[in-house]
Amino acid sequence: MKLELHRLKVNGLKLGEKTGFENGILTVNKAEILALISEDPLLGKNIDVDIAMPGESTRIMPVKDVIEPRWKISGKGQVFPGMISDVETVGEGQTLVLSGCAVLTTGKLVRFQEGIIDMSGPGADYTPYSKTCNVVLVLEPSDPNMDKHDYEKACRLAGLKTAAYLAKSCAGCAADSVEVYERPTIREAMNEFPGLPKVGYIYMLQTQGLLHDTYLYGVDVKRILPTLVSPLEVMDGAIVSGNCVSACDKNSTYSHLNNPVIADMLKRHGKDFNFVAVIVTNENVTLADKRRSSSYAAKLAAMLGLDGVVITEEGFGNPDADLIMNCRKCEQLGIKTALLTDEYAGQDGASQSLADSCPEGNACVTAGNANEVIHLPAMSKVIGYAEEANVIAGGWQGSLAEDGSITVELQAITGATSELGYTKLGAYTL
Amino acid sequence: MAYRIVHYINQFYAGIGGEEKADYQPEIREGVVGPGMALKAAFKGEAEIVATVICGDSYFASNMDEASAKILGMMKEYKPDAFIAGPAFNAGRYGTACGAMCDAVSKAFGIPVISGMYPENPGVEMYRKSAWIIETPDSAAGMRKAVPAMAKLALKLLKGESVGKPSEEGYIERGIRKNMFYEKLAAERCVDMFTAKIKGEPFETEYVMPVFDRVDPQPAVKDIKHAVIALVTSGGICPKGNPDHIEASSASKFGEYDITGVNDLTSEKYCTAHGGYDATYADQDADRVLPVDVMRDLEREGAIGKLHNKFYTTVGNGTAVANAKKFGAEIANRLVADGVTAVILTST
Repeated sequence: MKLELHRLKVNGLKLGEKTGFENGILTVNKAEILALISEDPLLGKNIDVDIAMPGESTRIMPVKDVIEPRWKISGKGQVFPGMISDVETVGEGQTLVLSGCAVLTTGKLVRFQEGIIDMSGPGADYTPYSKTCNVVLVLEPSDPNMDKHDYEKACRLAGLKTAAYLAKSCAGCAADSVEVYERPTIREAMNEFPGLPKVGYIYMLQTQGLLHDTYLYGVDVKRILPTLVSPLEVMDGAIVSGNCVSACDKNSTYSHLNNPVIADMLKRHGKDFNFVAVIVTNENVTLADKRRSSSYAAKLAAMLGLDGVVITEEGFGNPDADLIMNCRKCEQLGIKTALLTDEYAGQDGASQSLADSCPEGNACVTAGNANEVIHLPAMSKVIGYAEEANVIAGGWQGSLAEDGSITVELQAITGATSELGYTKLGAYTL
Repeated sequence: MAYRIVHYINQFYAGIGGEEKADYQPEIREGVVGPGMALKAAFKGEAEIVATVICGDSYFASNMDEASAKILGMMKEYKPDAFIAGPAFNAGRYGTACGAMCDAVSKAFGIPVISGMYPENPGVEMYRKSAWIIETPDSAAGMRKAVPAMAKLALKLLKGESVGKPSEEGYIERGIRKNMFYEKLAAERCVDMFTAKIKGEPFETEYVMPVFDRVDPQPAVKDIKHAVIALVTSGGICPKGNPDHIEASSASKFGEYDITGVNDLTSEKYCTAHGGYDATYADQDADRVLPVDVMRDLEREGAIGKLHNKFYTTVGNGTAVANAKKFGAEIANRLVADGVTAVILTST
């Protein structure tokens, strides 16, 4: 299996006549995007497209998802399969990537778990999406009393369609760089690098319900048994986020496409270990589901003869139980684990950071304490609705001050404590 | 100008006497007394001990609230920038007094508080979250090692400089998690640690797995037909509009709501404040989380004594254990005071 990522490096963004890419600048025709997304009868009339650049005094909120524009220029299938494309498998051929660019969905709140992205100031240090050139969709439901599941889906599809459309519009441009990824079959992998440990990655996906769902080839992951996926399929958008757990530790579609754990494991493949497989699993709410999925994921790792697995969590609290079950069951089968999570240690950092634990979890990296409080000074421009600061997870009544500044826990900042490890934040014990 | 320090010592280090003088009542003296001399030297003029509080260990232990209130009152006029207590080495009552005073001063004045103790001093376990406690040897022979470390940490805190890890600064781990930006992405740090673990090389976890309190389930209610049963939930059910603004995550409060005469939680009047689950079904019918309707049926059928006329609610999502514990204790007290004999706890 071979995939080439053809990267166009987006350094600038402007609204203009014709959507396309030239000299590092992505031009976006607003009317085209509006026409594309307003096809959906679930979205209202009052929708907008805006842009936000790194360093600007701009705040975007409440943010639902972040998506990197990609489009397959050759090979079977198309990006975001089962969502906006056919269900054909992806991960082969050539995929165009608008690097440094992101599509953000914002607008009327679906539910409390949506986030803030500041393009400058102290908040910008905490979110990876302050460094991207952002095309922002401001959305609303066509009926204010619409079922929230429907509105969430409409927002999700608008973002994916826009991301694919932007990349598609640049399909004729020559790439600034090309990365080539080649993955062996399992049979080949078993014979590669004798002497190196065989390892895998247990990729936990958030599946607790509305705004807590993730999709694999369009299938709601809460309905799957753990299964195998190629890193190359992930790069083509096989995994799509439909959730905000809390904004800080939602794994955005952007961070799935650029999964840094996969990137780092591919880098070390053949040197420190033989990276054989990625196992995706879910985080359902019932105990039976948790037990079934963790046993099944550990069993897959054992069937493949893995010596160790990296396990990443998505979310906190309830899914801590899934993380710990995955860890304990793998370790009991002789498969060594390292865990990637984040912490809810209270605003003072003095409470227990996780809701579950096991002695086997002795190699644990965290992306920081999401309860820590941050003050975000007022910005000259707000795209979306600043008043939602008072109700989103991580905020409280009074989070938005009269001067436009916002005081919230880090959990309200999109991607701040990414459990795919997409930030440099961490914590230590005083 | 030098920073202003108030120093706390016991009767022994003040040269007043040993055990026979341990009931010595608190007093404050201007300037340096006893081990304050060594502290003063270590500050090299950057900070000044403006006053020294002296209190007998037994007196403090037997009159904790009164003694600390009195000492806080005495200290006020000296306008301290920081408070240093001890070092207490392995002296148990002295360590406890140092810790308690650090805690009280920190709460009253919001200034840095520093002590020094041997790790096994009972004051450490009780107050390590409230104070910076420099690790010392077990006896006063370690004074020369303890004092410079205490002074150095005090100056750092006074200057607002960031404090390093316990091993770097010499204090006893407080168990407080603090964020920092690392050199590498969390993903790379995790794969690094993973690689070390599978190769059998040494590695240091970034977070030591927590230990939890375990609560044994209560025995079954003996006389359910006469039980007064309350409903308590962490599922966020509240009157529509969330009048007390209970947070969607990391709750700072709980709500108490009267349900006298309420037989059913309808979507017109109730909803959830919770931001951690699919609230659609709770908003449609809050009885799904807080089963008032079923409890009223049982009440009518005589299967239970009665349903308590108030319910208690908070949001469990991302809420710190310390807050949850505080809410639990307060709710339990109110239930007991109201004569409730059994509780149904629902979560989501």
